[in-house]
Amino acid sequence: MIIQWFKSGNPWIWLTASAVSVSLILVFGLLLLIAARGLGHFWPATIWEYDYKNPDNSVTRLVGEVHDEETVGAQRLREAGLAVDGDADVTRYLLKTGNRDVLGQDFRWVLEPAIQEARTPETLMTVERREWGNLYGYLNAVQEDGQTVAEGRNAWESLQQRLQRATALFAQIRALEKGKIGSINYGLERLRLRERGLELENNTDPAERESIKQARAALNADYAGLQQRLTDLYKAINRDQMTVTVSTGETVTVPLAKVVHAYRPNAMSLPEKLGFYVAKVWEFVSDEPREANTEGGIFPAIFGTVMMVIIMSIMVVPFGVVAAVYLREYAKQGPLTQLIRIAVNNLAGVPSIVYGVFGLGFFVYFLGGNLDQLFFPEALPTPTFGTPGLMWASLTLALLTVPVVIVATEEGLSRIPKSVREGSLALGATKAETLWRTVLPMASPAIMTGLILAIARAAGEVAPLMLVGVVKLAPSLPLDGNAPFLHLDRKFMHLGFHIYDVGFQSPNVEAARPLVYATALLLVLVIVALNLAAIAIRNHLREKYRALEN
Amino acid sequence: MTDTKQMPNTSVDGNTPTHAIDIEVLSRGRNARQMADETPCLQVQGLNLFYGKKQALYDVDMVIPKQRVTAYIGPSGCGKSTLLRCINRMNDLVDGVQIDGRILLDEQNIYDKSVNVADLRRRVGMVFQKPNPFPKSIYENVAYGLRLQGIKDRRTMDEVVENALKSAALWDEVKDRLHDSAFGLSGGQQQRLVIARAIAIEPEVLLLDEPASALDPISTLKIEELIYELKNKYTIVIVTHNMQQAARVSDYTAFMYMGKLIEYGDTNTLFTNPHQKQTEDYITGRYG
Repeated sequence: MIIQWFKSGNPWIWLTASAVSVSLILVFGLLLLIAARGLGHFWPATIWEYDYKNPDNSVTRLVGEVHDEETVGAQRLREAGLAVDGDADVTRYLLKTGNRDVLGQDFRWVLEPAIQEARTPETLMTVERREWGNLYGYLNAVQEDGQTVAEGRNAWESLQQRLQRATALFAQIRALEKGKIGSINYGLERLRLRERGLELENNTDPAERESIKQARAALNADYAGLQQRLTDLYKAINRDQMTVTVSTGETVTVPLAKVVHAYRPNAMSLPEKLGFYVAKVWEFVSDEPREANTEGGIFPAIFGTVMMVIIMSIMVVPFGVVAAVYLREYAKQGPLTQLIRIAVNNLAGVPSIVYGVFGLGFFVYFLGGNLDQLFFPEALPTPTFGTPGLMWASLTLALLTVPVVIVATEEGLSRIPKSVREGSLALGATKAETLWRTVLPMASPAIMTGLILAIARAAGEVAPLMLVGVVKLAPSLPLDGNAPFLHLDRKFMHLGFHIYDVGFQSPNVEAARPLVYATALLLVLVIVALNLAAIAIRNHLREKYRALEN
Repeated sequence: MTDTKQMPNTSVDGNTPTHAIDIEVLSRGRNARQMADETPCLQVQGLNLFYGKKQALYDVDMVIPKQRVTAYIGPSGCGKSTLLRCINRMNDLVDGVQIDGRILLDEQNIYDKSVNVADLRRRVGMVFQKPNPFPKSIYENVAYGLRLQGIKDRRTMDEVVENALKSAALWDEVKDRLHDSAFGLSGGQQQRLVIARAIAIEPEVLLLDEPASALDPISTLKIEELIYELKNKYTIVIVTHNMQQAARVSDYTAFMYMGKLIEYGDTNTLFTNPHQKQTEDYITGRYG
């Protein structure tokens, strides 16, 4: 009976199908885990107020969000020096108490049996600050220039209005600093380099000097005007502040300039929470990081990742295609070509960190150093290209992924029917013309397949990037409004490195953990998006250059 | 054996001892030609060809007359396609091929070192067994050879494309969809498109390598009529498995066997009164 069943081949089908199912479950499970852990972070969590009995029987008031919970054996707790009755397991909560400036720590564990009373007062407020993390407490009063303007019930409404004003002002300050003042600084730096360049050339042309001087004077005049505006704006934004009573009973004064959001999650209805959630997620995707990357958004990292992948693609495709064309079309097929092919394939197996070391040694120090000597002597000893940056990172990854492109392109070239090549040659085309006009276009879907594989590999790579250009926090994006717009020498942020940094290098690992998941999810999404774009292009090309069916 | 599928009235299976060739067809408006009266276009002289160590052509000598249709017949693997591909040096693409002897095109040896192969192929067009249009539009397929020559003028291009398609008897079928993909055409249309592509650059010689073997009878008929038309302008050399086809379209026929040219003469004589025993055996279907 069983033997019969084995002979029928059905078990084989079951085995293979279950292998596929297990893989699918793993992949979706992973994504689901990341999504659940990461996206939950943005939900406006309930703030609890506990009357908590300390081991010495005194009662303190604790306020915060429940961040995590776990069950611990009573024995273990007793060993840790905590008084617990009975032998039953005890639930304990990780409470995010915030108020780092007052309490000195963000988190503390509380034992469930020691909680005497738990409340969720509607007037409890979460204040997201630009510094010091979250603040939880009751709004006391809103002040303007040190004078109380609203208290009690009216205070909340007044706070929201004033907060809106402060946020708008903050955005203006940001735009001014990053935009106009940023370009003035950039312009001044360029002038300094020009001057230094003249010095190095021993050029004492007074006209040149004069023009630099005038340009600098103009920039400085602009700067003075902007500085005045900035001072005004700072004065305006520092007008308002609020006083908050925190769990310890202390009153804390918070300038509104330092506040990102203030909200009362316990009083929010579901639609309000949803709206808030969407806004937070958007902020995460579109904003810059704050507080050593543990708060705010990750836009520069997304931008850096995409930018690097695009530049890498631009470098890797021509290089890989040209190499593949030579190997497949021109090189004499023999043991040497075969050896080269094997070597190229094995190149794909070299650990990526080795590429990083190579990139640092060859590209950054050797090539970059020499480039600086040749083209940017005026900036020395500050390196321009002789330091890790976007170009070297892209180039290193291009090197890392070029075997994939070569292999895929060769595969594609070998699949072009001989008849089509002969058709072109018979019309008087040379080999090169045949390649350009017919063979390469027909091989373009295969080239795109190579690129897709290259992107998938490159976008997720972190180790080599740490050596050749990625940083924890880049002051400016590699693409901006200052000519030449694309700054290949700049350092950049990367999602993969961001995960590592936030997860392992940040001062507040516990608080940042959800961000690790959220960033991981975003990294997956970015790679999926890049791949989908490449796949869409490939399918389009495939349709266009569909080879003969027969 | 693929031939029998398409041309059921051809008996090559050896069961029919009579001549498989209909004399009526042969004499269609054609008088016996004399090689001596013709202007030579191509002269093959002492051609030997080796694929590595294996010899594929043995000392072939023949004169192909201008503006006539010359057919190569013979069993599979006899070297007729190889000989055809020598004429536009397509065999150069094969690894390890070695060619001795000369082929003169208008008194100039095409294997001479000074000959530019691309130029030669511009003068000697070729159509292959399977239609091989490029993955481009119908228009672009025909314009391909012209673009290679650097012709950019839109009006010249339109004119040449139209004329080529008309010459290939395809214009009426495709004039409304010139910019659609060539893959949308039927096999027979594709083959005529490929012929149009070849004649758009006005070659002197047109080589046809079993142009109808992958086509149905009606498409085959159209191709044959086309060959009949085209020989007024071009010297045509055609390889065919199908002896009826050779008899119908060609003025001269060469029978090849095992890499050797066995018999070559005007078509009527070759089919009705072959001099060689091997030729007779082949055309009467005793082997092949």
